[in-house]
Amino acid sequence: MLLKLLFGLGLALAAAAALLLLLLIVGGILAGLLAPFLGAVPVSYNFRSLRVRWASTLVAILGIAGTVGVFVAMLSLAHGFHATLVASGSPGNALVMRAGSTSEMMGGITLDSIRIVQDKPGVAHTPAGAPLVTQEVVGVIPIPLIRTGTDTNVQVRGVSANVLQIRKFVQLAQGRMFTPGLDEVVVGKNALQTYRGLALGDTLHFGGVRWKVVGIFNAGGSAFDSEIWCDARILSQVLQRPPDIFQSATVHLTSPAAFQRFKDAITSDPRLNLEVEREVDYYANQSSTMTRLITVLGGLVALIMAVGAVFGALNTMMAAISERGREIATLRALGFSSWNVVLSFLFESLLIAFIAGLLGCLAVLPLNGWTTSTMNMQSFSNVAFAFQITFGLLSLGVAFALVMGVLGGLLPAVRAARRPVALALREL
Amino acid sequence: MISVNGNQANSLIQVRGLDKTYRRGNEDIHVLQGLNLDVDQGDFVAFMGPSGSGKTTLLNLLGGLDLPTRGSVTVAGDEITHMSRRRLTQWRARHVGFIFQMYNLIPVLTALQNVELPLLLTRLSRAERRRHVETALAIVGLSDRMQHFPRQLSGGQEQRVAIARAIVADPTFLLCDEPTGDLDRKSADEVMDLLQRLVNEHRKTVLMVTHDPLVARIAKLTLHLEKGVLVEAGARQDAAAGAVS
Ligand SMILES: Nc1ncnc2c1ncn2[C@@H]1O[C@H](COP(=O)(O)OP(=O)(O)O)[C@@H](O)[C@H]1O
Ligand SMILES: [Mg+2]
Repeated sequence: MLLKLLFGLGLALAAAAALLLLLLIVGGILAGLLAPFLGAVPVSYNFRSLRVRWASTLVAILGIAGTVGVFVAMLSLAHGFHATLVASGSPGNALVMRAGSTSEMMGGITLDSIRIVQDKPGVAHTPAGAPLVTQEVVGVIPIPLIRTGTDTNVQVRGVSANVLQIRKFVQLAQGRMFTPGLDEVVVGKNALQTYRGLALGDTLHFGGVRWKVVGIFNAGGSAFDSEIWCDARILSQVLQRPPDIFQSATVHLTSPAAFQRFKDAITSDPRLNLEVEREVDYYANQSSTMTRLITVLGGLVALIMAVGAVFGALNTMMAAISERGREIATLRALGFSSWNVVLSFLFESLLIAFIAGLLGCLAVLPLNGWTTSTMNMQSFSNVAFAFQITFGLLSLGVAFALVMGVLGGLLPAVRAARRPVALALREL
Repeated sequence: MISVNGNQANSLIQVRGLDKTYRRGNEDIHVLQGLNLDVDQGDFVAFMGPSGSGKTTLLNLLGGLDLPTRGSVTVAGDEITHMSRRRLTQWRARHVGFIFQMYNLIPVLTALQNVELPLLLTRLSRAERRRHVETALAIVGLSDRMQHFPRQLSGGQEQRVAIARAIVADPTFLLCDEPTGDLDRKSADEVMDLLQRLVNEHRKTVLMVTHDPLVARIAKLTLHLEKGVLVEAGARQDAAAGAVS
């Protein structure tokens, strides 16, 4: 009872402290940024002081810039991964899997079920009247990476021949589509660049079959770009899966708005035990584990670096105020208030942070669009994706820099302002 | 009229029973003990006394940079010894011009910007500030050094910039702590000519600490700080003569 009370009290205190810190940070940043308008000490004083003390300023700038760089790079990595997977889904497509599956890898839909699905309302058809549905089989095969020569898992997707009409953003860049019934594959453009032996005309061995690469497709930077596509029926045989069982079906809808009608029709059909999801949502969910992992890991690294950077800024500002003790005292003697002194030094520290923030962002900007790859935790296969640096992430980086600046600058600024004038004037 | 008896009414600066005690470790250092002083507008007074006798302490109390242990300082009717720190800061900006031995110019600001500093605490427009700064620098004879940084000036020139800064906002009185202490004879003479002109032509009130009898002679009256109180030079000689006879 007492323990519980103490615990609650501690929690409340911690929350209050956190709130106070937040207020201090936000208030400090606002005050510091507005210092040119709120304060009386001219900002040229800060600009020139920083320049005169350039060596020490540089140390603080580099510390914060490095932290911001790592922070933005990590976020853009997570963002790029998320964007790649989200791009794989079309809003006008619905993914049908066996009820209870969280991933295509776990599915299992019979051909009979797919025939029922095809006739449901909301399914788009070709002008000739054929339903736009691709029933798919997925598997992973080991292929060496070009860069290291070591094997990695590559996703192979057996698809229907009409798949390009369903995933309309996927286009053939070289060669042609595979011929249904033949041992032919088409390769995504990232797969071509990442894995060995996938060029047009190359032969690929897996499942005891020699596959010929007959085309290269561009899937617009989505996860499909890391895949190899072939005829679903042949893949099913080769992987020795039961005949007429697929892992998923992707349906092109008459319009994105038709989704609910289509979903209701399937879930209310007692013959079917299937789950329907928008293709976009499926891929967005798939990305969340990895995105979270990158964000948390990146955040942790950035946090540790931030502690160092804050101490760097703190040290620089402490040195600044102790070197300028007599200058500050002179300003105070002339009638500048302690508030003016606090504002001036907050501004100076935020100036350092701002420059560092810009520098950190600038340093990682070349990473934008740079392609790397990682294991997709859901499909256990390698996915290529690019760093995506957005204006929002850059702003976040600068904001992070300002937080470090205010944490490093607040204490020295207050100390500078509180020092008794008569005492400080006696300093040499 | 300048007086140390504490019986004058209506003087510009009235100091009554001023005590200042510093604590160092367990020891109390009684620097000022019941000091009285009256100074009128347009007076020029020099304080002398051995090092450590409390001259800087006295100026700090007169200028509102520090608070006394006991006693009062009243300037133009305002008793500053009971003001809050905030009001005291505003009072300094309005009423006091400080001149220091080491000039205390801000090294990263130009002469113009240094002189402008006190005006940044007023409501003057940019153009008006500029005019005031030009006038002040003209008075100290440095109109052609406005864009110079302190390190590009000689010591004497630096001190004249500091004087321009002290007078630019037209304060009630000037406090100078050994203004020539770091200058050669010629520069010291220039600075003293300037202070004298400020008193004679501009009716400024100047209170100055100095070690140099030649410098002190320029003031209207020299007061000695002895055992925590001020004594007039003449009075001291009388006392000394009395002691001998
Ligand atoms: N902040 C302080 N704390 C303790 N002692 C001080 C302090 N300031 C001055 N003193 C002492 O007070 C005495 C008078 O100092 P000061 O006013 O600077 O004398 P002066 O300017 O005449 O040389 C000296 O003994 C000095 O050491
Ligand atoms: Mg002194």
